Amino acid sequence: MNASAAHASSRERDGSDLARVERSTRTSHAALVTGLVLVALAATLPAWAPAEVASSWMRELVEIACYFIFAMMWNLLAGYGGMVSIGQQAFFGIGGYVMLALGNFAGVNAFVAVPLGALAAAAVAVPVSFIAFRLAGGYFAIGTWVIADVFRLSVANFSAVGGGSGTSLTALRGIEKATRETATFWMALACVIASIAFVYLFLRSKNGLALLAIRDNEVAAESQGIDVRGMKLAVYVVAAFGCGLAGALYFVGNLRISPDAAFSVNWTAFAIFMVVIGGIGRIEGPIVGVLIFWALNKLFSDYGTWYLLGLGGLAIVVTIFFKQGLWGWAQQRFGWSVFSTQRRLRL
Amino acid sequence: MTRLLETTGLVAFYGDAQALFGIDFELSAGEIVAVIGANGAGKSTFMKSLTGLVKSEREQIHFGGAAIGGLPPAEIVRRGIALVPEGRRLFASLSVEENLKMGATAKRRGPWHLERIYRLFPILADKRAEPATALSGGQQQMVAIGRALMSNPSLLLCDELSLGLAPIVIKEIYDALPAICAEGMSIAVVEQDVSMARQVSHRVYCFQEGRVSLHGQSAELTREQISLAYFGI
Amino acid sequence: MSLLEILLQGLLLGGLYALFALGQSLLFGVMRLTNTAQGDFIVLAAFAAIAGLAALGPLLPAGRAAPFVVGALLLPISFGFGYALQRWVLNGTLGRDPLPSLVVTFGLSIVIQNLLLEVFSADPRSIETEGLNTASVALPGGLAAGVLPVGIFAVAVAATAVLQWLFARTAVGRSFRAVSDDKEIAELMGLDARKVYALATAIAFVPIAVAGVLQAMRTTVSPADGPVLLLFAFEAVIMGGMGSFWGTLAGALLLGVTQQIGFRLDPGWGIWFGHIVFLALLVVRPQGLFPKTRS
Repeated sequence: MNASAAHASSRERDGSDLARVERSTRTSHAALVTGLVLVALAATLPAWAPAEVASSWMRELVEIACYFIFAMMWNLLAGYGGMVSIGQQAFFGIGGYVMLALGNFAGVNAFVAVPLGALAAAAVAVPVSFIAFRLAGGYFAIGTWVIADVFRLSVANFSAVGGGSGTSLTALRGIEKATRETATFWMALACVIASIAFVYLFLRSKNGLALLAIRDNEVAAESQGIDVRGMKLAVYVVAAFGCGLAGALYFVGNLRISPDAAFSVNWTAFAIFMVVIGGIGRIEGPIVGVLIFWALNKLFSDYGTWYLLGLGGLAIVVTIFFKQGLWGWAQQRFGWSVFSTQRRLRL
Repeated sequence: MTRLLETTGLVAFYGDAQALFGIDFELSAGEIVAVIGANGAGKSTFMKSLTGLVKSEREQIHFGGAAIGGLPPAEIVRRGIALVPEGRRLFASLSVEENLKMGATAKRRGPWHLERIYRLFPILADKRAEPATALSGGQQQMVAIGRALMSNPSLLLCDELSLGLAPIVIKEIYDALPAICAEGMSIAVVEQDVSMARQVSHRVYCFQEGRVSLHGQSAELTREQISLAYFGI
Repeated sequence: MSLLEILLQGLLLGGLYALFALGQSLLFGVMRLTNTAQGDFIVLAAFAAIAGLAALGPLLPAGRAAPFVVGALLLPISFGFGYALQRWVLNGTLGRDPLPSLVVTFGLSIVIQNLLLEVFSADPRSIETEGLNTASVALPGGLAAGVLPVGIFAVAVAATAVLQWLFARTAVGRSFRAVSDDKEIAELMGLDARKVYALATAIAFVPIAVAGVLQAMRTTVSPADGPVLLLFAFEAVIMGGMGSFWGTLAGALLLGVTQQIGFRLDPGWGIWFGHIVFLALLVVRPQGLFPKTRS
């Protein structure tokens, strides 16, 4: 990569610098400031946005948040955990349905039920992993899809939650619309910040290094004493939690759930699209990806099938010609790094 | 003697890491040349460069008068260089006979065909229908040599024939080399065992950290010369 | 319905599933490619046949022979399509990382589904068989089976036998196995791996075309059917054990039978039961029923 350039330039400097490990760049500092500003803006949106658009903006941002969290989790699982899954929608749906069940039948506050739904998804991920981990590579991917389909079919036959046609979230009836929407919006914002923070800190930690080691060479990692199975399970469970969170959040915003919507493979399809376009294995990838995805959505979704066709085609072209995704390409070309989880050795 | 193979300033890289730093090597028709050196000296990389598995500049390798550096492996075998790879690398899903047949994919004309391989290594005829990897190490080495011969090369490259084999088996295999050479085929052997290398070859090249540290007639080089060149002291 | 009848219906259904799965098995065996668009290509073939019948109508022989003529015409087209697809699109995605081929085939799946939706709309279609899909033949033991399902079963067994023979006894099959074992050394022998892969995919697309035509004759097809068929193909391959076409056939038959049992218990649980048996087998015997061990 840029190793030889760095090596060459350090040779020219005098030898009095001690070797040090750089963990952040100028760009990342600038981005942190920008990020904080954006968060402040977003949190106060209900205050400054014109009344006519505040409601629809908030609802859209909640949706973007759900897509984004799902994509982050898929990215963590595939890009860092090395496990490509086409079945994460299973946990999205579980998060949604458990939240709904707790809200409708157990009288739990729907907002409290959101993290509980996520926890349920994480809990289910443990026995599921026992089955899914029997497969590897491409067949692991389709296997997870089968498992997601099992959940979809099971729930579709469960009349208590409306069977195949689904049901409504009654737990939030009685709360005023504006209050509900604002609360949902803030919750979504909190979830987004929490996911970014969590993934970022996780990857900068020793666990993150271990994960990268496993991704690069499982056998070598194992010989260094890394518990490969344990780490993979941990990542799988964490990703399930995140997807469950996204699902529960989505249906708090949407108020109506059905098996086809909750367990649709489209969630994973869009996540794959966002991450591949943005760049897999990089934290900024899903951010770039969701922004591009949302822009495309806004501009072209009226074209229905042609829009989806275009998305599919774009994913194919980017995969074949821009193997690192668009952000990855920019990173290599210009050396940008916003969320630096890399460690550069400066000699 | 006509010069069959010549490399000039051959360099090779694995990514950013350089493995060969300018190898000058020559081999004439009908010669057996040995390449010796410690692990990591670049011997296997050299073989891989000759066969196109590792890329090089076009002009750095000349074979039969033509520049062949960097050509695809399939093209190089068509021109008459065959490799017996390090570690045999037989096709696990194929039987002994099928492995041998694979060697003839390039469809070059010459004296070598299935029956002749079986005459050279009779044990293989008995085991022709068995999965190739079910054979013993020495027998697998015979299959690997036979497979390379099936392409009727003018230059046979042998990478570490003796690796993992018992001395008596090694001797059996090397005893077969003269028969292979009889019709004028040239052979280059990479060999860990220095005395075996000297016994079997006309000339020797010694590699050390990606460079040629010594070369000469096998019969004339002394043990001290070779040790110095081998270890680079 | 007696157990024997359920078994029979299941086996016949499994025959069709084998045709779905053979191409998948081949692609994974030769080049470790997971084709997530397998089902969509089958649906594409079905619609191509439907369009072909409509376009060529007056030129075709009347009656029951027409679909078979169109099917026969579709085979070389399908072969060429598979070759081109591998050569110019999929070859670039192969490697140690399974992600690129997964994403590209997934992208193709979406492209195909939406293309079909645009051209044909979402309505289910089928091929007019003039009663062939309801004709039945009497079997010993007082059982009756549809003529078409029996025909499909026979085609499936024949296709399996042909592929098995191709791989085990021909030079082409030998090159497939060699490239799959050790691509680098195969190239050293003089093979061009890209062309070998392209030929493999071309061959894999023949049962895909056959499956598409037969599926449209047996029942209706709609543009969104692809993913369901993919999961069936995949389950058949895994349950059967990788590396063996007869294994894939066995896995397909097992899937067909379990689904039939599920359907009889409750119409909503047929596919679900197939999934459950698949997952259970994955836990108990992950290598499948008849794996060819490969070191």
